[in-house]
Amino acid sequence: MDLIALKMLFNDRAKYLGLVIGVAFSTLLINQQMGIFLGLLSRAGAVIDDTPEANIWVMDPGVKNLDTVFPLRDTELGRVRGVPGVQWAVPYFKSMATIRTSQGELESALLIGADDNSLIGLPPNFVLGHPDDLRSPDSVAVDQNGFGKIWRGEPISIGKTVELNDRRAIVVAIIKDSPKFTSGITFYTRYSQAMSYTNNGRNQLSFLLVRAEEGKNPTEVAAAIQEQTGLMALTSTAFREKAVQYVRDNTGIPVSFGTVIGLGIIVGVCVVGLMFNLFVLENLRHFAVLKALGTRNSRLIRMVFLQALVVGFVGYAVGLGGAASFFEFAGRSPNFAGFYLPWQIAIASGVVAAMIISVASLFALRRVLFVDPAIVFRG
Amino acid sequence: MQAVQTSSIEAGSRPKLAVQCRSLVKEFGTAQTRVRVLRGIDVDIELGKQTFLVGPSGCGKTTLVSVMAGLLTATEGSVHVLGTEIAKLRSSSLVDFRAKNLGFVFQQFNLIPALNALENAAVPLVVQGQSMHRAIKDVERLFEKLDMVPHRLKYPNQLSGGQQQRVAVARALIHQPRLIICDEPTASLDAEAGHAVMELLSELAAAPDRAVLVVTHDSRIFSFADTIIHLSDGQVLRVEEQTATEVQHEN
Repeated sequence: MDLIALKMLFNDRAKYLGLVIGVAFSTLLINQQMGIFLGLLSRAGAVIDDTPEANIWVMDPGVKNLDTVFPLRDTELGRVRGVPGVQWAVPYFKSMATIRTSQGELESALLIGADDNSLIGLPPNFVLGHPDDLRSPDSVAVDQNGFGKIWRGEPISIGKTVELNDRRAIVVAIIKDSPKFTSGITFYTRYSQAMSYTNNGRNQLSFLLVRAEEGKNPTEVAAAIQEQTGLMALTSTAFREKAVQYVRDNTGIPVSFGTVIGLGIIVGVCVVGLMFNLFVLENLRHFAVLKALGTRNSRLIRMVFLQALVVGFVGYAVGLGGAASFFEFAGRSPNFAGFYLPWQIAIASGVVAAMIISVASLFALRRVLFVDPAIVFRG
Repeated sequence: MQAVQTSSIEAGSRPKLAVQCRSLVKEFGTAQTRVRVLRGIDVDIELGKQTFLVGPSGCGKTTLVSVMAGLLTATEGSVHVLGTEIAKLRSSSLVDFRAKNLGFVFQQFNLIPALNALENAAVPLVVQGQSMHRAIKDVERLFEKLDMVPHRLKYPNQLSGGQQQRVAVARALIHQPRLIICDEPTASLDAEAGHAVMELLSELAAAPDRAVLVVTHDSRIFSFADTIIHLSDGQVLRVEEQTATEVQHEN
């Protein structure tokens, strides 16, 4: 009977394809949109991810996210270093800068200043060059994707110069970092060098990067810093969550993505539901024949569920394959860099696909179970 | 043509019965919309014979065979099929009973378009739990008798009406049922093809322990009947029995 069910399903190719496309469309949309959404959210904490040495971030108490920074006084560095449990504390500069591309266009870029001595604050993955190269005057490192945006079509190389806030900067290293939420280009340099690229006065200290002593709980050390300095001190994890939460709460991104995903599910349910219903309706007479020939309802239920299962599985596989291909190929573009397809989302979309096909088959099943086998005698 | 001998069925000399209906009533609808289609039918279908159920359109022929096949439930009265009172069977047992004991040939053939001729004919065996592969082997033997071997892999839309009905006959016979119900088996066929189908049915279905019940209004095939039950307005008008000599003479 399973073979008969499958032959019935595959016989109507147009409807079979329609059903598969319906499920695939929903699966693709859910995975693609969720992947981009999570990718965007993770960008909100990209700077924190790229600074793995620090496990505590210290900032002005009014800071809500990584992009709106109020500078600290330089003296805060010494106060934080004096808090028990602090292994080390270093200054960290973060600001926006304007650059001119090789085509003469202006672009905004993120400028990060790492500690002059330890170079803590730089991402660890150097594609070209070495961290120590940044110790020479006017030297900067640029992220790999940003390089492509400034020098379009050119292979990555070091030694190029760029105007950074109208000052000359020499690219001495190429870094592979996490894509950022607000900027497509990131420059890394020493803290003192970064300050020379900006002329905002003396207080330039965006954050203090802190490492808790071995064996000390970073949360407790952060609380101690907060208590003794009056500054806000958060563990890397807590700060990342705060930055992501800010994006979730203060942008239309979740609503926008949620709407698309919701529409994907609704369209999936409607298209698959209607198509499957139509498929069963057109085969109702054949189901009635099978019933008249002595097929039990349990076998008919199994046939319908098998048909639904095949549609759901093939549609899900096609949709998931499409989403995976999207992230594989689109991910090569700098605009989509860092977006990925988490396995949890793949499983969740599988559950949604199962739900869509279950709803569709349950509606269709009613018709099959209640079809009057006596219709076989009607002309 | 000789006049057809008319006789009533005598209870005492009655052979084994395939179907026995007593005071059978079937109504459709409720209250003011209630329609009584069968009005107290008493009829016996004997094993080893081809019985024709004839009458004008709307007289209740199809309703009667639907009740006999267990596809509809009688409002009143009893139906015994092969000694079993089908109204007393649980629905699952009734389905199994139908699968094992009944074969159908329909006016519209009712072949499944997704299956080829062999697979269509194999469906009753598959319904009973055989694998399609094994069932097809049985069908191939039957197809030789039906002269359908050259068309065995064709799909219903590639077959003529006569060929489709042959597949339907094969489907009705493949599981060796004891009661074969044919609903207007020649209505969709031309005279030649209809005659050929009836000859096949007579040749292949005829057996002492099997009954063939044919619903028809095609008088051209009456000569194939051993017994003709005339229905009118939901009642049995008369029952005619034809002797072999009469049938031969008519043919």
